[in-house]
Order: sequence, then structure tokens, then C-alpha cells
Amino acid sequence: MSQANYPAQFRYSTEHEWVDAPSPSAATVGITDHAQHALGDIVFVDLPRVGTAVEAGKPCGSVESVKAVSEIFSPVTGEVTEVNATLAEHPEIVNQDPHVKGWMIKVSLAAGGVPSELMTAAQYQELLKQEGS
Amino acid sequence: MTESTTAELLKTALNATHRSMGAKMVPFGGWDMPVEYSGIIAEHLAVRTRAGLFDVSHMGRVDIEDGPQAGSALALLQSITCNDVAKLQLGQAHYNALLNARAGIVDDILIHKVSDRHYFLCINAARRAQDLAWITVNNQHGARITNRSDETSQIALQGPRALAILQPFTTTDLGAIRYYWYTSGEVMGVPARIARTGYTGEDGFELYIPVAESERMWNGLLNAGKGEDMLPAGLGCRNTLRLESAMLLYGHDMDETTTPLESNLGWITKLDKGEFLGREVLLEQKAKGVAQQLVGFRMIDRGIARDDAPIWKDGQRIGKVTSGSHVPFLKQNIGLARVPSANAKHGERIEIEIRGQMVAAEVVPTPFYKRVKN
Repeated sequence: MSQANYPAQFRYSTEHEWVDAPSPSAATVGITDHAQHALGDIVFVDLPRVGTAVEAGKPCGSVESVKAVSEIFSPVTGEVTEVNATLAEHPEIVNQDPHVKGWMIKVSLAAGGVPSELMTAAQYQELLKQEGS
Repeated sequence: MTESTTAELLKTALNATHRSMGAKMVPFGGWDMPVEYSGIIAEHLAVRTRAGLFDVSHMGRVDIEDGPQAGSALALLQSITCNDVAKLQLGQAHYNALLNARAGIVDDILIHKVSDRHYFLCINAARRAQDLAWITVNNQHGARITNRSDETSQIALQGPRALAILQPFTTTDLGAIRYYWYTSGEVMGVPARIARTGYTGEDGFELYIPVAESERMWNGLLNAGKGEDMLPAGLGCRNTLRLESAMLLYGHDMDETTTPLESNLGWITKLDKGEFLGREVLLEQKAKGVAQQLVGFRMIDRGIARDDAPIWKDGQRIGKVTSGSHVPFLKQNIGLARVPSANAKHGERIEIEIRGQMVAAEVVPTPFYKRVKN
């Protein structure tokens, strides 16, 4: 397994997405280093359009590697305000830098902010350990 | 794909080596196999431009030899395959298909001619048991059938630099072996069959070696390949390489319910070679034309069509994708599909359903990629 650094300020979903929400109203979402590693070489990222309503736990796009397709499950509820357009031409950035340059969407969060059931970095790494990776 | 636990899976002699090299392992055809080492794209490009080293020991290896009756090995093979085994010369190999009585494909195989009395088969991993049972049940001529799979390993060295990497290990003049021929020689002092064959669309060799020598030969070739920027390569890129070259994958692009003529394999269907299983069906298909065909397609809109995706035309569901992927050398989203003959012409526009969305594609000539021969 890769020696990933899971940022402490992020929150993580069981579907292997991360959320960075410095304020309670806006969040950035991506997939984790574990997810990109499991997928392998990513060749296509399909993201929702700006203005799309996303719901926590529901699919909002997909990531395709050479070998497989995987849905992106939004870890938060709200409205998409920005998508990472660079990924259309350079999906490999998700492999190279999943937690920073490989971000996928920015969301203006619905009331309630970041769902409390999301995991901390320590909890997420514990989950990965249990999943035997 | 069936789920299995690691404990139930079969392992090649190089399994521990792959694991120690950090390969990502997956179940394939009942085997625990490396899908990638450094990444499918890097490995795919290495094979196209330099070289890649594959452990393909999961494939089955079978000797068919004359029994008491001279000519029984040839007679058996002729009776259950569609290509003309009698046309093989000593040291030559060809692509062929084992057929059932309905001309359905039991397996696609390679046959190597060792002598007039002896042929050597390479068969698919997931079809080993079915093939052996089928060959045995049809062996009315008393030929000797010997499964060599457990006593041999099979290593494929593929790519434009394969010859340069392998040559220092053998006194056999590799350049003198023509494509789809083989020779018996020594590699690293060990008796080996050296075949100029492969499943990548690239030049290269497949080595059939004693199982006890697997690790030494793998490591020797791996070290020698470093100077040529060779990479160890897994089944992930083996699939994208074969698909880019429009080589078929058993169980996906054809199976027991599809005939060679329906699977773009007319070129190995020799109806004039004499009687064989399924010939009547093929004669009729040839006379009347086939209702369905296997074609290549390329996506027009964004999206990657995967295996089994439904194909639509004018609001009608007409077929399905049999193999679909992004292919790293051409950097295109392509695949093979089974469609009615009426929709099989080049340039035909089709729609492929990908997760509920209709995505435009077109039928194109195959192979998608063809290497430039020197």
C-alpha cells in the first residue's frame, strides 16, 4: 500500500471520498489516495455540472480507470458551485495528487453543513486497515 | 466475473515472486494473477515501444501424440477444430478453435506442430478442464493426450526489444524464427520451446520451460530487460494490448454459443479441409450468411463502453459490447461488439448504453492498432 498522507482537516466517507470544509457553508470534494490506488490509472472523470444538486450518499459522477468504472458518491448535500475542469483533459492528476490538485467538485453546503457521520483521518485509516489494504 | 477467495485460487510457480514484487493480484479464470505492477498504462506503453515480461503460466499446455494408430494425433485435431492442421509445417504454429457439434467455440487455441506424430496445444486457463474433457471424449482415434500444464511454465516476452533482450540467453538464432513459428532450443542452459507468438499485437516470444526453472528464468530476463527499459507486465495491459490489436478474448468475444463465422474468425475457418465437428452448421451459415457478427467500434462521444453494455439503433436494442476499454497507445475508447449483420458495416452509427445514457459510437475496421513490421 502507498504511504498516503491523509490530511487531518479533511473528513472521509466509507465510499472513499474526502471533504475539505474550512467553513460550514462550502466544501471541496475528491476521492482518497486509497481510492485512486485501488482504481489504477484513471482515464476519464465524469463530474456533475455547476448548479447540480448533490445529496450525501448519492452518486454524483464517475471515475474510470483503464480497468473499471467507479461511481463517485457525494459525501455532502448541497449545490455544485465549481468543477475541476482540468480533469477532463488530465484525469491522471487524480492518481498523482488525489488530495490537492485532483479535487473534483466544490459544493455550497445545505443547512447542517458537513454530515457528522463522516470519519476523521484517523478513523478512515483505521477503516482501511480493517479492509485489509 | 465470479468472486472467489484467494484460498480457492490456483497459483503459478511465480506467484510468490509477483507478490514480492508488489504486483496487484486479482482472480482471473480461477487463478490468482498479477493484474499490474507499475500501472496498466505504463506497462501497455512499455510493450508497444520497448518490452514487457508476462507470466502466462495459467494458460494450459497439452501434448497430442499418435497412439498405436499412425496419424491419430492429426486425425483427432482435424476432427474437432476448424483451421486446417494438415497445413502446418514442422515448427509452425497457428491460431485455431475447438468446436462443438453446433460449431460453437469450445475454446480458441494455438497448435504447434512438433512432428508428424506430435502436436502441442496452448489453451485458455479458464477452459483447461472443458478442453481436456472435450478432446478426450472425441478421441476415437486413440491419440495420446497429455496435460503438461503442471510441469511447465509459460513466460511471454513481448515488444520490439524482446529479441535483443532474449538473444544473449540462447544460441538459437531468434531472428530466424518467423512469426507464428517456434523452435526447440535452450534458454539459460535449460531446454525450452521458443515460440514467436503472443497476445499483444507486438513482436515477441513465448517460452515454454520446465516449472522448476520458472523463477530463475523470470529473474534473469527481468534483470536483462532493465537495460532496455522493459517492465514486468500484468494481465491488465495484456487485455488492453490484445483489444487494441482486436484479438479476441474467450468468454467475452466468443463462446460455446457463437460460431467462428459469427466471430470474425472466417480466416481460420477452412470448410474444404474435410469433415469436422460443426462443419454442416458453418456450411449453412456460409451459404445463407450469418445473422450476427463481431465488429470493432470506436466511441464518438465521451465515455468508455464496458463489456455487456447494450447497443441500440433507432430505438431498438440490437446487440451488446463484448469487450470495451480505453486503450492506452491509441488513447481511444474502443471495443468489440456483437451486432446484426445489417449493422456491421464500417461507418455504421450506433448508440451504446452506458449507465442509462445513450452514447454515440461507430463501427470501424479492425485491428485498431497494427504494428509496423521491419
